[in-house]
Amino acid sequence: MNARIPILKLNEVLIVSIQWELDDQTAIQFQEDLLNKMHKTAALGVVIDLTPIDFIDSFIAKVLGDVINMTGLMGAKVVITGIQPAVAITLIELGIRLSNVMTALDLENGLDKLYKELEA
Amino acid sequence: MDLRSSVEIITEWDIVAARQLGRNEAKKAGFGTVDQARITTAISELARNIYLYAGKGKIEIERVTDNGKFGIKIIASDEGPGIPDLRKVMEDGFSTSGGLGAGMPGVKRLMDEFKVVSETGAGTTITTTKWLH
Repeated sequence: MNARIPILKLNEVLIVSIQWELDDQTAIQFQEDLLNKMHKTAALGVVIDLTPIDFIDSFIAKVLGDVINMTGLMGAKVVITGIQPAVAITLIELGIRLSNVMTALDLENGLDKLYKELEA
Repeated sequence: MDLRSSVEIITEWDIVAARQLGRNEAKKAGFGTVDQARITTAISELARNIYLYAGKGKIEIERVTDNGKFGIKIIASDEGPGIPDLRKVMEDGFSTSGGLGAGMPGVKRLMDEFKVVSETGAGTTITTTKWLH
């Protein structure tokens, strides 16, 4: 069994770094953990960093897309950061459009984008 | 040299095992990072389809050559219920499991060659190849 994905809180923002290849159970557990943590901490935004991830299949993409929509329902904003070139190419070829999702090249840019969005 | 390796797909964890095997084989065969991601993603989609729709089956990965070209062939086979409407499953967005419906047409786009043989009640075999360019 894989360990759970750690979710860190920084002021009003939650930061998640996905460090290893996601199996289905870990992905679904993460979905639940993130929503619970948001509820508990009243976070306004989430940054999910995918820098170490070297492929995303349609199942993981669906879980990520769902997390983003669910987070939106709870009134928070999500930025996805660190999508590698190979991941971007395969996602589009697979036919997956993560539309209406804020993205940034890395965590630093992602946090900047999120703070600007929260101030607006 | 072992030219053919395979993973039985019975549990969800076997999906992870199959794509790790695929990534290693793709790397060993000399594919770049983008093709490695394509092959890994394709295997993940095919293995998940076996797990979801047939319950169990097998992913085989094999090195192939053709007229001086080198590549990797993936054979996903099961003895499940078969695919009743092949044309439908090749449409983007069609899913009977609540998924994105990206799997089959997606795999076809990610790989170079793609063939499905399916017989209702007898099973499905999908053969797909990526060539080293």
